[in-house]
Amino acid sequence: MFAAHLPPLAASVFSLLAITSLLLAFVMLGSRWLNIYLAAFAAQSWLIAILSAAVAHYGGYPELYAIAALTAVFRGVLLPYLLLRITRRLKVNRELHERLAPSSSMVLGGALVVFAFVVAHHVSDVLGLGGTVVVLALTAMLSMKLIGFLMLIVRSEAVSQILALLVIENGIFLGSQILVPGMPLLIELVILFDLLVVVACTGVLVRYLTVHAGTSSTRKLTRLVG
Amino acid sequence: MSAAALVAVILLAPLAAALGCQLVRASRVAEHLNLFASVLVFGAVLWLLPVALAGPYVLLRGYIIVDPLGAWVLLSTAVVYLLASMYAIGYMRAAGPARRRHRFYALFAGFAFTILLGPLMNNIGVFWIAIELTTLVSTFLVGFDKTPEGVEAAWKYIIIVSAGLSLALLGIIFFYWAGSLTLGPTYNLTWETLRVAAPHLNAPLALVAFLLVFIGFGTKVGLAPMHTWLPDAHSEGPAPVSAMLSGALLNAAMIGIVRFIGIIERADLGALPGTIIVAIGTLSLAIAALFITRQRDIKRLMAYSSIEHMGIITLGFGFGGPLGVAGALYQMLNHSLNKSLMFFGAGDAMHAFHSKRIGRMQHVLVAMPIAGALWLAGAIAITGAPPFGLFLSEFTILRAGLAGPNAWAVYVMLALLIVIFIGFLNHFRIMYFGHSSATAATVRWQPAPGERLWCVLPMWLAIVPLLVLGLWWPQACSHYFAVIAAQLASATR
Repeated sequence: MFAAHLPPLAASVFSLLAITSLLLAFVMLGSRWLNIYLAAFAAQSWLIAILSAAVAHYGGYPELYAIAALTAVFRGVLLPYLLLRITRRLKVNRELHERLAPSSSMVLGGALVVFAFVVAHHVSDVLGLGGTVVVLALTAMLSMKLIGFLMLIVRSEAVSQILALLVIENGIFLGSQILVPGMPLLIELVILFDLLVVVACTGVLVRYLTVHAGTSSTRKLTRLVG
Repeated sequence: MSAAALVAVILLAPLAAALGCQLVRASRVAEHLNLFASVLVFGAVLWLLPVALAGPYVLLRGYIIVDPLGAWVLLSTAVVYLLASMYAIGYMRAAGPARRRHRFYALFAGFAFTILLGPLMNNIGVFWIAIELTTLVSTFLVGFDKTPEGVEAAWKYIIIVSAGLSLALLGIIFFYWAGSLTLGPTYNLTWETLRVAAPHLNAPLALVAFLLVFIGFGTKVGLAPMHTWLPDAHSEGPAPVSAMLSGALLNAAMIGIVRFIGIIERADLGALPGTIIVAIGTLSLAIAALFITRQRDIKRLMAYSSIEHMGIITLGFGFGGPLGVAGALYQMLNHSLNKSLMFFGAGDAMHAFHSKRIGRMQHVLVAMPIAGALWLAGAIAITGAPPFGLFLSEFTILRAGLAGPNAWAVYVMLALLIVIFIGFLNHFRIMYFGHSSATAATVRWQPAPGERLWCVLPMWLAIVPLLVLGLWWPQACSHYFAVIAAQLASATR
């Protein structure tokens, strides 16, 4: 497979991009401010766009250049802009009552990365791909997934939950660029479009939440139980 | 008509209705437009059933597949769409002002379109998108009334299900990766290519991928422990929407799991996947049993009953074999018919008593004699009592389980079914025959004449086939199920 036989420079570039994306997930985990989440998410999306371009260059998949451009436009500009508009309208700029302090959630996030590494290490060993960039790609993919779920659990602002979903998607996208660069173009296009629709729908719902339920904090959504 | 023309009708009729409803902005026109589309879809699906039996057809450059399994799920979807479209006319007229009603029908037809899309998709990635689309459309139907509870349910629905489906996406990418190690870096990710490649997939990777997909689509199906969105969404939407969510949407997500089971059974993984499927099915049944016995809200009661039935269907497919598959597929259709009936009855009762609380509903038979009697018959049917269809299908699944390696689950399932039978019917005993104050007995359900027909007719149309299917298992169905089971198990179609 492609990622197993990379020139050293390409492997380093991929590793750098994957690790930096993972670090940005920790930036989100360690902050209370929605603006920082947004900036970190946008930066992460740009890194993934660069990664797509790098895969296109080194792997010889010219169609990935298009994906890189679309990723930058959709995930790097359009989605953060839409989310910024939502936060502006909400007049909420920070997490008020997180269930877990940022410091503790970062420690927990570190533990999740270790878990993700163990799984990734095992899977790539089974496939005979140990010691390649595959391990790192899998680790980043699974960690961002788990960190996204952690954010869904400990953050209660509606916008933070949307961002948590987007981090999960970013993780999947990052991993898939390295693991399966040959995936048909259509799928990636449709998933990009799907993300936009998800954000639009949740944006409308956030407005309903504030108007009809009187809160943008999901912690206060406790009417339905049992 | 050819398969292509029928598929075009099935997909384009609800889409056209959705656009039409949004354009005309007149509630009376919109409700009939939607009803007309549902009749067209139902007719086309009936026609498609024998056509699909002749073998899987691949249309539109391999993006659409018409096979018996998909056609069967389309049938249960089309039945619910037809019944719910009829019922919606009566329910929505009684529910409130006509101002936003055309939007309801536009969303409703759009929702039907997305559900009908899923079983027809041949490309696994596009199938995932179709399932994701159902969430995005139906969220707005769940929150249509814009009550605080409705909006809360809609939010929980979209967040939990999107998070769950992201697991499924990861699983699909892992499947693609596993396949790319044998098929080369670029190939078309269809159900058939994966089935053919399944014996050559790396076993641990395939297992991880399957578990992710199972939990992911299982979220959408409402399998425990990812079921938590389901009672909220089912209880807060308008009654016809609840019927669609329960009777149509859950099956459309289930077909993804079934097709992946067909793939994973051909991979060299032993009995482990089957045991996991059976365990999750049993857990869903157990969770449903606990919440059914202690339930106070009538629509949440129905929602937990959906979790129960999805657990039973999962058990059927988990037990596998021709008998298990046949039982599960029969259960799908029966559950669709029966759960629609139950939600229609619940909607009528909510209009009569102006409450969702079971405790507020007293002397239902006095308040609504005909609808109440039909609802009571449905309640007996949905707990799996003879002579209704669910008895036959559940019995078949039990028999399938006894023959397989997971016979322990059969005994757990039996015990839980008895608990559910007692718990569920006890609520109905109190509602129908319980003691209460004299004031409650004066409640009368008095819909306008134009509404009464639309509210009661679909209940008849659900209970009669249910009774027929309980007394007589058509030979044609057995043949159909045998073909589907053979295709799921066969090496090459």
